[in-house]
Amino acid sequence: MSLHLDGLTVAYGPVTAVSGVDLTIADGEVVALLGPSGCGKSTLLRAVAGLEPATAGTVSWDGADLAGTPVHRRGFGLVFQDGQLFPHRDVAGNVAFGLRMGRVEREARAKRVTELLDLVGLAGYHSRRVTELSGGEQQRVALARALAPRPKLLLLDEPLSALDRALREQLALDLARLLREAGATALVVTHDHDEAFTLADRVAVMRAGRIVQVGVPTEVWRKPTDVDTARFLGCGKVLAPDAAERLVGVRARVGLRATALRTDPTGPIEAEVLERVHRRDHVRLLVRLAGEDFEAVAPVAEPPSPGDRVTLAVDHDGVAVIG
Amino acid sequence: MAHVGAGLSPRLAWSLAALLPLAFLGVFFAWPVLAIVGLGLGEGGVLPVLARADTWDLVAFTLGQAAAATALALVTGLPVAFLLARCRVRGTGLVRAAVMVPFVLPTVVVGLAFRALWPDGGVLPIVLANAFFNVAVVARTVGGLWARVDRRAEDAARALGASRVRAFTSVVLPSLAPAIGSAASVVFLFCATSFGVVLVLGGARHRTLETEIYLRTVELFDLSGAAALSLLQFVAVIAVLVVGGLARRRREKALPLRIEPPRRPTGGEWGVVVAAWLVVAALLAPVVGLIARSLATDDGWSLAGYAALTGTGERGTLAVSGLDAALNSVRVATDATAVALLVGVTSAVVLVGLRRHGSWFAETLDTALMLPLGVSAVTLGFGYLVTMDALPGDFRTSPLLVPLAQALVVTPLIVRIVLPVLRAVDERLRQAAATLGASPWRVWREVDFPLAARSLVAAAGFGFVVALGEFGATSFLARPDAPTLPVVIARLMSRPGEVNSQMAYAACALLMVVTTVAVLLIERLRVPSGGEF
Repeated sequence: MSLHLDGLTVAYGPVTAVSGVDLTIADGEVVALLGPSGCGKSTLLRAVAGLEPATAGTVSWDGADLAGTPVHRRGFGLVFQDGQLFPHRDVAGNVAFGLRMGRVEREARAKRVTELLDLVGLAGYHSRRVTELSGGEQQRVALARALAPRPKLLLLDEPLSALDRALREQLALDLARLLREAGATALVVTHDHDEAFTLADRVAVMRAGRIVQVGVPTEVWRKPTDVDTARFLGCGKVLAPDAAERLVGVRARVGLRATALRTDPTGPIEAEVLERVHRRDHVRLLVRLAGEDFEAVAPVAEPPSPGDRVTLAVDHDGVAVIG
Repeated sequence: MAHVGAGLSPRLAWSLAALLPLAFLGVFFAWPVLAIVGLGLGEGGVLPVLARADTWDLVAFTLGQAAAATALALVTGLPVAFLLARCRVRGTGLVRAAVMVPFVLPTVVVGLAFRALWPDGGVLPIVLANAFFNVAVVARTVGGLWARVDRRAEDAARALGASRVRAFTSVVLPSLAPAIGSAASVVFLFCATSFGVVLVLGGARHRTLETEIYLRTVELFDLSGAAALSLLQFVAVIAVLVVGGLARRRREKALPLRIEPPRRPTGGEWGVVVAAWLVVAALLAPVVGLIARSLATDDGWSLAGYAALTGTGERGTLAVSGLDAALNSVRVATDATAVALLVGVTSAVVLVGLRRHGSWFAETLDTALMLPLGVSAVTLGFGYLVTMDALPGDFRTSPLLVPLAQALVVTPLIVRIVLPVLRAVDERLRQAAATLGASPWRVWREVDFPLAARSLVAAAGFGFVVALGEFGATSFLARPDAPTLPVVIARLMSRPGEVNSQMAYAACALLMVVTTVAVLLIERLRVPSGGEF
């Protein structure tokens, strides 16, 4: 019960969107495919679904090559960014669609639909029109629809990107719980690392058609494989080993996130505040120390103003060791 | 396409499915038309005809009147398009239906309606009548795009200091250009090949290529001359279609799904609305005039003309009664609609499927399907006469001949109504269905069909009405013992006798009522993402 990609390449004419990807997803595992837009991650997902033919390499399930298996016989569920619910069917009709295709008996179908609507928190929504639902509700129905026929593998293409932020964060937690409860094997495509780390057991970082790093979230977060990956994962500043040793006491090339430097009255580092921006739960500072600009964070209460001199301490949670 | 999984590549499967419309076009369109062309080239040849000065007079008059009518239809159609697309004014639904009525009226009826106003005919009524027909095409095609043009671009221009007029000319008009170009080419085509109208209003003095082809074939038996003129017309039609096809493609790429909600007109916009209403009133005048004429006799108002429809006219003008002709019309139009739906819907589905795999073949098929719109119905009818005897069981006398010819005229309209709706279906909706286990055939049944159902019904109704009014090809092919209503009308008008003309006007009124009811029914089914006509 596992998906295996071996040297998978997808090209559109001269443009190679996915190039030589190897990846295995084990039974019950959730893998996030994380990368900037245009890196080929959605194309990879579509190739797994059978919506794009592979130019080279194989997609196989339990060792059997899927090249000759058309989309509708793969038994993989797919959730799009914007739901793509059937507008001419009600909520129950959407969720039941895959069950009807699989010739599930009417009663079993109704039972399964109710079960799934409960699971996604939309109990009693059976006869609602899908066009009347909010974006979040639509995504929940899309998820229920994809899960209903018990797919071998669930493919999620930026499932939360079309929603506003507060809803996205809530739904990411719900989705993580749902995937675990359903015991789903899943591949999630996202450009949002928060989302990837919330949902996934393992994260595969993709760039320019290739997978550059695979690992559990904490490992990818703390040890990005190269400078570009570190920058993509929020490290605004990269320090060479010498500078890193002086500032954070680690002799390696490191990436610093804003949270790596925090204002601390007893901190050892002195700096001058240049700019200040209020964020949700902290204040983001631009500071100058030793002639270079750095990002730092301060608590929301009594933040320093531009021109102030502050002392900073290093928080190693915000430091990523590169390579 | 049902067994894509069984080894066929999708593109090959779609190409195979394209065989049905292609075979239909090949046998019932290309073959007869090419036969006529061959005839022209074989006998006397084309060159002698081309060398004659009066040929070029014909060409000049054909193109000139078409250009004038197209310009008029554009000028009068644009305010109506604005009203339909942008304004929330009481009675706009009625305007939408009223503007469609002329387009589906039988050409002979329109010719008669204008002759009731200009008994001597002439150039002006020809141009007016051709424009009268096609205001709907402009209003629909341009209005369809106008409703989707983002208002904010206009607002931005106004905010940057542009006057209302300036914002229209520099922002709105350019974004409407593809639709205007597409509408203009279709209207030009219709006007250049218009038959019934010119025949009724032009008499012997004003002739176009289309009516000249008819005269040479039917009255002078100059087949090679007729064929040479057909060839000339064919070349012009293809040129216009290619230009129009380019405009259409630009439009389909740019079509956003969002429809701007109409709002109440303000200030100078009311002027445009009033202009649109005047246009609609002008469109309805000939219709009302015709109905009045059908009721007026020398002895005052009477239903004599309608009563006479149960008979065969004065001194047996007709071989069958008007009522029999009406029933035959309905039968023939029903068959034609069924055939056109089968071919048209298959074509639309294939075009959507092929376009997905990006194919030059789709572009070619798309243009080829439009050809029957522009090729002279007379040429076609004539072509049937010289080729169809080669089909099993001498097809020339088959009762299917007329329905097939009408189907050919109707199919392009059906494609243009259904295709945009199918193209508007998000590809990912189909993919979602596929990942849930629906085979390609099942995807069509579960997704495309329900979403396009209303447009299919509308297309069927529309096709039926157009078939009902078809005159050019039918007049050539219908046997004397089984005429359709438009053929009967033309025959009645060509013979003297008060009863005959009374009967003709009554038959016209009848056709108009049926047409109007059908259009109003179709309007109720109109989908917002609607087609082009």
